Amino acid sequence: MADKHIDEISGVETTGHEWDGIRELNNPMPRWWVYTFYATILWGIGYAVAYPAIPMLTDATKGLLGFSSRAEVITELANAKAAQAGSLERIASSSLDEIIADPQLQQFAVAGGASAFKVNCAQCHGSGAAGAKGFPNLNDDEWLWGGKPEEIYQTIAHGIRHGGDAETRVSEMPSFAEMLTPEDMRETAAYVLSLSGTSSGPTLVADGKQLFADNCSACHGADAKGNREMGAPNLADAIWLNGEGEQAIVNQMKAPRHGVMPAWLPRIGDTAVKQLAVFVHSLGGGE
Amino acid sequence: MKYTVETILLGVGAFLALVGAGFAEDRLFAAHMWVLFFVLFGGTIVLMRRVDFRPALAGHAPQHREYFDEVVKYGVIATVFWGVVGFLVGVIVALQLAFPDLNIEPWFNFGRVRPLHTSAVIFAFGGNALIATSFYVVQRTSRARLFGGNLGWFVFWGYQLFIVLAATGYLLGITQGREYAEPEWYVDLWLTIVWVAYLIVFLGTILVRKEPHIYVANWFYLAFIVTIAMLHIVNNLTVPVSFLGSKSYSAFAGVQDALTQWWYGHNAVGFFLTAGFLAMMYYFIPKQVNRPVYSYRLSIIHFWSLIFMYIWAGPHHLHYTALPDWAQTLGMVFSVMLWMPSWGGMINGLMTLSGAWDKIRTDPVVRMMVMAVAFYGMATFEGPMMSIKAVNSLSHYTDWTIGHVHSGALGWNGLITFGAVYYLVPKLWNRERLYSLRMVNWHFWLATLGIVVYAATMWVAGIQQGLMWREYDDQGFLVYSFAESVAAMFPYYVMRAAGGALFLAGALLMAFNVTMTILGRVRDEASILDAAALPAAAE
Repeated sequence: MADKHIDEISGVETTGHEWDGIRELNNPMPRWWVYTFYATILWGIGYAVAYPAIPMLTDATKGLLGFSSRAEVITELANAKAAQAGSLERIASSSLDEIIADPQLQQFAVAGGASAFKVNCAQCHGSGAAGAKGFPNLNDDEWLWGGKPEEIYQTIAHGIRHGGDAETRVSEMPSFAEMLTPEDMRETAAYVLSLSGTSSGPTLVADGKQLFADNCSACHGADAKGNREMGAPNLADAIWLNGEGEQAIVNQMKAPRHGVMPAWLPRIGDTAVKQLAVFVHSLGGGE
Repeated sequence: MKYTVETILLGVGAFLALVGAGFAEDRLFAAHMWVLFFVLFGGTIVLMRRVDFRPALAGHAPQHREYFDEVVKYGVIATVFWGVVGFLVGVIVALQLAFPDLNIEPWFNFGRVRPLHTSAVIFAFGGNALIATSFYVVQRTSRARLFGGNLGWFVFWGYQLFIVLAATGYLLGITQGREYAEPEWYVDLWLTIVWVAYLIVFLGTILVRKEPHIYVANWFYLAFIVTIAMLHIVNNLTVPVSFLGSKSYSAFAGVQDALTQWWYGHNAVGFFLTAGFLAMMYYFIPKQVNRPVYSYRLSIIHFWSLIFMYIWAGPHHLHYTALPDWAQTLGMVFSVMLWMPSWGGMINGLMTLSGAWDKIRTDPVVRMMVMAVAFYGMATFEGPMMSIKAVNSLSHYTDWTIGHVHSGALGWNGLITFGAVYYLVPKLWNRERLYSLRMVNWHFWLATLGIVVYAATMWVAGIQQGLMWREYDDQGFLVYSFAESVAAMFPYYVMRAAGGALFLAGALLMAFNVTMTILGRVRDEASILDAAALPAAAE
């Protein structure tokens, strides 16, 4: 089989083998290929000398550069912390009002709060803090528990209806399913809607007014403007946490929804909660 | 007495599946055993109808000197079928990412459909292509009939059974959660049996060859078969909770387990999708262009260097993880050194066309094969580059990786397989030519355009993702939340699905073309030569 054969088109000798009509030319390997291959091997050896590479009995070679990814990440984290150290210390030692009064510190706290918000809060409140059904919008003027910096801090730090935190915000709207007839509830809902300019008929509203005064005003106030001490929402401003319209209000009276927000102080610490409070305060509704 | 033993074994298998279903420890295993029972029971009935009670005739004997091509025909049809299924499921998962409402609980959510896609394209489409072409190539380049008689049929049907069990398992929710190795222990055991049979058939044919030397394509096929056996067995070393249950636990834990998985995962790419498909390239390109292989020496050196280096490259999937630094270094260094060994195949593939470059213009099948090799070259440059830690710190966990995989899988594996299918179908069914060469041309352009759209979109998407994740403002705070980077991907995900749809459209055209060719039809069409030849080039 070793009868060498010259390929007519290229003039190159073949190896003399043939399989199913396929022959092989005896071309040399391309020079650039060989040298690039050598270069990558040399580079590989060099890299293995410079960096940790060869496993030994208990450890591996450390490499001439002494590189270690653990050391690298520790240094990077330390550098990042050091770069923020001054500002973070000032936030830790200042009151919220002092932070807001200092433009430079306020800006830093807003940036830090925005970053912490994306990681911890955006899941429920949305990345633009606009909320969703059941999750309050933090950009508007309505506050269930108060829009002053300390009040916002308190809510973030201890959460809402968070079991295991003595200072958590707690309110519980009772169910009116047993106390009021469906008709009563429709009338009450119609009255509540009329306060923010929507009405389903004067008769309903008139009857609902008395029902509201008897059943709801204790918490939501005679004017229905809410009571932040009790976390009772303002019902006269057309901002609805659990859905718009008469049916949503009736549903809330029958089977009230009680959202839960975790207490963040134990998880992210005082400085981060302060920054979050300053950030949320800066969104537009801050008082 | 044809098929008597086979029929009995299938019947016994069906009975055992029924027993498994009856005594199953968990609901999923029972469901899976019912699937197995119905498949085996159906198979038994089909075989029983074929049982031949007449004594074997003497006239059967001469047939055994011919090549065993019937199983290759089935393999080619299975390749086309699973290809279309796999691409279709790919388009569906792409759309699920863009439009999450398309996740249909519980069977068709992304978590279950994604492994269905990856396994369907790699193992069902790619695996059938490899088995069918290896059976075809090894017989011709050894001048010997396939070794082991009906063992070839066992490999084919056994492999299809593996595919069906794997696919139904994913949808039922049975998985061991290992990338590209999701099937549970009993399916793994079955694949091991099939794979050993495959090795016996292939190696046996080489051992009884009538050629003095072993052709380069067969080196690659053999390396692929042997290494996949080793990878499959080690990666799937698990302890089943019960022999009648669907759950098992890995023999490895923690970072050792992670490294085992990526040692397997990367070499599934290296030996299944690279070595195996290089074998296809080494046979079908010289045959289709009718030119000798460019360089024998290059084929030897790049074969051995590829085989030696690929097996070490897995740790580059675990950069910046708990994997020790030294292992990361070695993974990266071997990946970079792998660049030229990979390109050796590209050079040999492309340079085989020297003296016949005009065929790119005149033969769309050659065009397809050349584009495949071009994508191979691109993907095997991109891979070493992405394994460099500095690049990897940006690219890892992003869609860039998905883009890289697909430029390799669609461009290299897909196009070279299409080329092989277009070569094989007229030969296997004794047709003068394909039903339509113009459709091959359309397929070429649809596929190429689809891949370019897909890969380019994923580059942009991946780099944007990586940059968003590491973006800090001047005060040292992260700028984007993860959810924002997800939302930013929407337009890219839609474009990616469009690219995939183009690729699927091309495959459907191929399925039609192949079907018509098998049926013996020839499309009445103007020769592709007339349109392609420029006046100046006309000789």
